[in-house]
Amino acid sequence: MLKNRQDLIDARNQAKVALEQQKFRILICAGTGCLAGGSAKIYDKMCKLVKDAGLDVDVEFGAGVAHGPNGECPSHTETAGNVKKSGCHGFCEMGPLVRIEPSNFLYIKVKEEDCEEIFNTTILKGEPVERLLYERDGVKYKAQEEIPFYAKQTRLVLKNCGHIDSEHISEYLAVGGYSALEKVLFDMKPEDVVNEILESNLRGRGGGGFQTGYKWKQVARQAETIRYVVCNGDEGDPGAFMDRSIMEGDPHKMIEGMLIAAYATGAQEGYIYVRAEYPLAISRLKIAIEQAEEAGLLGDNILGTEFSFKLHINRGAGAFVCGEGSALTASIEGERGMPRTKPPRTVEQGLFGKPTVLNNVETYANVPMIITNGAEWFKSIGTEGSPGTKAFAVTGSINNTGLIEVPMGTTLREIVYEIGGGIKNDKAFKAVQIGGPSGGCLIGDHLDVALDFDSLKKMGAMIGSGGLVIMDEDTCMVEVARFFMNFTQNESCGKCIPCREGTKRMLEILEDIVAGRGTLEQLDILKELGEAITDTALCGLGKSAALPVLSTLRLFRDEYVEHVVDKKCRTGNCQALKTYVIDPEKCKGCSKCARNCPVGAISGVIKNPYTIDGAKCIKCGACESACPFGAITIE
Amino acid sequence: MDYITIDGKSVPIEGEKNILALIRKAGIDLPTFCYHSELSVYGACRMCMVEDERGRILASCSEQPRPGMVIRTNTRKIQKYRKLIVELLLASHCRDCTTCTKNGSCELQKIAFKVGIHAVRFLNNRKQVPIDISSPSIVRDPNKCILCGDCVRTCAEIQGVGALDFAHRGSNMQVQPAFDKPLNETECVGCGQCRVVCPTGAISIRTNVTDVWDAIMDPNVRVVAQIAPAVRVAIGDQFGFPKGTNTMGKIVAAMRLMGFDKIYDTNFGADLTIMEESKELAERLEKNENLPLFTSCCPGWVKYCETKYPEFAGNISTCRSPQGMFSAVIKDYFAKADEEEGKKTFVVSVMPCTAKKGEILRPDNFTDGRQDTDRVITSVELIRMIRQAGIKFDEIDSEALDMPFGMASGAAAIFGVTGGVTEAVLRHLSSDKGYKALSQIEYSGVRGNDDIKETSIMLGEREVKIAVVHGLANAGKLLGSIKAGEVQYDFVEVMACKRGCIVGGGQPLPVGPRTKKARAKGIYSVDRESQIRFASDNPVIGHVFEEVINGKEHKLLHRNLQ
Repeated sequence: MLKNRQDLIDARNQAKVALEQQKFRILICAGTGCLAGGSAKIYDKMCKLVKDAGLDVDVEFGAGVAHGPNGECPSHTETAGNVKKSGCHGFCEMGPLVRIEPSNFLYIKVKEEDCEEIFNTTILKGEPVERLLYERDGVKYKAQEEIPFYAKQTRLVLKNCGHIDSEHISEYLAVGGYSALEKVLFDMKPEDVVNEILESNLRGRGGGGFQTGYKWKQVARQAETIRYVVCNGDEGDPGAFMDRSIMEGDPHKMIEGMLIAAYATGAQEGYIYVRAEYPLAISRLKIAIEQAEEAGLLGDNILGTEFSFKLHINRGAGAFVCGEGSALTASIEGERGMPRTKPPRTVEQGLFGKPTVLNNVETYANVPMIITNGAEWFKSIGTEGSPGTKAFAVTGSINNTGLIEVPMGTTLREIVYEIGGGIKNDKAFKAVQIGGPSGGCLIGDHLDVALDFDSLKKMGAMIGSGGLVIMDEDTCMVEVARFFMNFTQNESCGKCIPCREGTKRMLEILEDIVAGRGTLEQLDILKELGEAITDTALCGLGKSAALPVLSTLRLFRDEYVEHVVDKKCRTGNCQALKTYVIDPEKCKGCSKCARNCPVGAISGVIKNPYTIDGAKCIKCGACESACPFGAITIE
Repeated sequence: MDYITIDGKSVPIEGEKNILALIRKAGIDLPTFCYHSELSVYGACRMCMVEDERGRILASCSEQPRPGMVIRTNTRKIQKYRKLIVELLLASHCRDCTTCTKNGSCELQKIAFKVGIHAVRFLNNRKQVPIDISSPSIVRDPNKCILCGDCVRTCAEIQGVGALDFAHRGSNMQVQPAFDKPLNETECVGCGQCRVVCPTGAISIRTNVTDVWDAIMDPNVRVVAQIAPAVRVAIGDQFGFPKGTNTMGKIVAAMRLMGFDKIYDTNFGADLTIMEESKELAERLEKNENLPLFTSCCPGWVKYCETKYPEFAGNISTCRSPQGMFSAVIKDYFAKADEEEGKKTFVVSVMPCTAKKGEILRPDNFTDGRQDTDRVITSVELIRMIRQAGIKFDEIDSEALDMPFGMASGAAAIFGVTGGVTEAVLRHLSSDKGYKALSQIEYSGVRGNDDIKETSIMLGEREVKIAVVHGLANAGKLLGSIKAGEVQYDFVEVMACKRGCIVGGGQPLPVGPRTKKARAKGIYSVDRESQIRFASDNPVIGHVFEEVINGKEHKLLHRNLQ
């Protein structure tokens, strides 16, 4: 129990010394991707090797390990060193990843059978296992920090992710954790904190980009004295996992941010709303809260001051709309997760009708750094209107999928080609969907635009929570629009008419188009509906629901027209628009295709070229895969 | 004074909470589906959109007026959007208007006509779900629901019942009871206030018109009707009379034309109630037990109390409601004649209320296993029957009720408004029967529309504390305070519907503030114009107690509570 400022300083120094004394650390990534790649087995094997050798080595692991009563891995007591947990390293494409400290070697695509070699070569001799190092353009990179994927990034929020044991508060303390809290509690008045955040121009990382400091200021000046601090960890965009990685990899940073927000705004209680689909994040947060409570960093009279703050975790049941502020607070209150009209806004009447600070995970995780380094430092990163960095989850047709963090104002080209390593299989870049189902498309013309809140808005897209889905020339943009509209329609709460009925009709039209039933008139209706929904829907989900359609309709109208008029999908993605043909030159008349066709659409005479009846064909592709001569192709 | 500019016109802000109220004040009938001034702002229909000078689209129902604001309600964009929203609603809505019970009074129909929709470009592929007819009071047809949530909020906020809520998401959303149970298995009290606010035919009255016609057509059935106090002031305006006009004479004439054999006044039943309930109160006061005494006239309230506050169920008066008492008396009165003529008496009560349809099915309202009231038809159903019979209601001459039960006091008439039962009981208990005493009671605080009204009367040495509450959410609040020991009463009148029976679930729509006021005024003028102001002065009452009831008070006038 830390009773005062000096206690905290002492604890931090002790933790630092303890960390420095460790000779070797083995960090095995246990993000969802690496775990699926078998990192749990690598972890077990490493533990065994270390234990058998009786060495004082730390094996750090992200997940999948049963915890003891104190959050320790059971094998900890059996090994000579401390066995710890860490979060996602971010370089998901190359997983499972193993990092060795202090040499900082990063091994990629590690298998269980590689463990012995890693142990013998690196742990015992201190040399790299060459074949497991990342290689690009003929260059092998030993140290993680030199790899272009990492070198081009500015990892501030994600700095500790994968590098510290997120289940031990001491590791967070060792890297300077809770010093920002210490600073605000002992050296700053609440209004100073608000001003510092206001000065830093930190903007909400959840999508809206609203000024965080302004939100805090509004809450701080409410007459009502019962106030809440709520963290939105309901990361629902398909393919986005920035917030999850922070909650799993560095939960204390976010908690410290919430503590500072509570101190600044006079709140006494806080809630973290996490989706139930993030069980690991929830268990890490639970451990973090417990440890912070034990340390006296949460609870009554924190560090001997007047400031008290209690923190709760609330699990969301997976509704995308619960990421919307008023739906989220309704959900915490036990009501149906449905947005309400504003005003009153959340800062005036939020959770339980009280003034509420509602920010997302990444926003809170930015706060301690700003307090420690100052607003000026923060403003020196990123662009003038959008200072700081932004984490993105990069997925799709790109070589290096994963979690990245770059300064605001980084161009799409840097992200796609330098960090992302270019488009997979050397295909041509077509577009990127930014901001998930609420965002829009950016195309080749936008590759060199500096990405920040304002520039994206101008391009009809939004930064959203930071999901980037990269699409290559083989992606059908109509199908992409249909996919996102399907998502939004499923996730609409059903309250307001434009969103409930409008998105349903838009989806129907898009389904018609990809099925070859579309008409040109429907394209106009699509636009009409899209604009009406954007202007008239009740909440942010509805207002942005049509964006993917509107932006693809604007940027790829020719593709839509092709689907509708020529009944053709140039990418061959739309099953119903495929036309299978038999090349009479190649066909030997073996009849295998006809025998495999489930609807009897193929006919012919043995040893003569066969033909497909387009009216009967259901485009299943069975003939194509059955043909031994490659005579059947999609026209 | 502060002003905002609406469509170029300067409109003063006089405490309005939202722009919509100002727009309507300015003489523009902006159509809405989900806005009701008595309910919380829901903001779902988006019909009330307006455009400000920066081209922003605002929902006027939830936007606070700021001095100097400039808004327009009819820009090209707004017109287009409003039309599209209605088209989208229609696209997922059953469009069999001609056979819908709501035909002619449907808000969706009206607004679709208003905004000028002549074609719908989308297919109606909404999944059809079964209609819920499990409740004796109301019918829920989810296929006609436009999900405005008015019923949900009324049931929860005004009535404190919460029998309905939203289920499922997106275009699969539905309004339904928890776990999609049939309504009769829920806490629904049958008050029908959901039907009052429903803009479409999604919630309607469970009608008994056909049964009543069948009975009328049967020569072996003696069809006896009783007409509740709030019916007579609610029907006239449907036939061209001013709102609130007492058209009792015309109703009687019309019902005779239809073929009802006897037509009586439920007010007579109310007089019986006054006598019986006053007696019960006096007994309880004397013994000083089971207080407060809660009124039992309102079946919505009785069910609410039994389900939500069972600990107070024993405090409810054991008296039957006026309807229940009167039907029992009627059945008894005709028992001998039935036997002699080989007929069966069939009691039809004409009520402003949908919950009454449930009350008659309660075994505690039976006499020796006999259902006393055979059918309840609401004001709306009576109007339907008048129209079906082709009766020119406005042209026919008024006729008098049948005797002996056609005579009633003015005290009984005011049962139709909140505070009426209390006022009637106070009159009865008051030893002074003069004009001054009447007016003293009138101004004692029992009249008016405050949520909870309080008054007291001296009975001998004892100060009797009285509360009057209407709207079940208010009743719940009051019960909470009683339970917590914060307040203490001897007599509490509860009406489930706000303002009382004049706005019951079976009354004609729409009921705006002016209609409510006119109906209340109509009821009070029935009392004022009455020759008899005290139940005990009703000459028939004494006669009935002697000749008909004759010691059978417990059997005929009280609920049989085993």
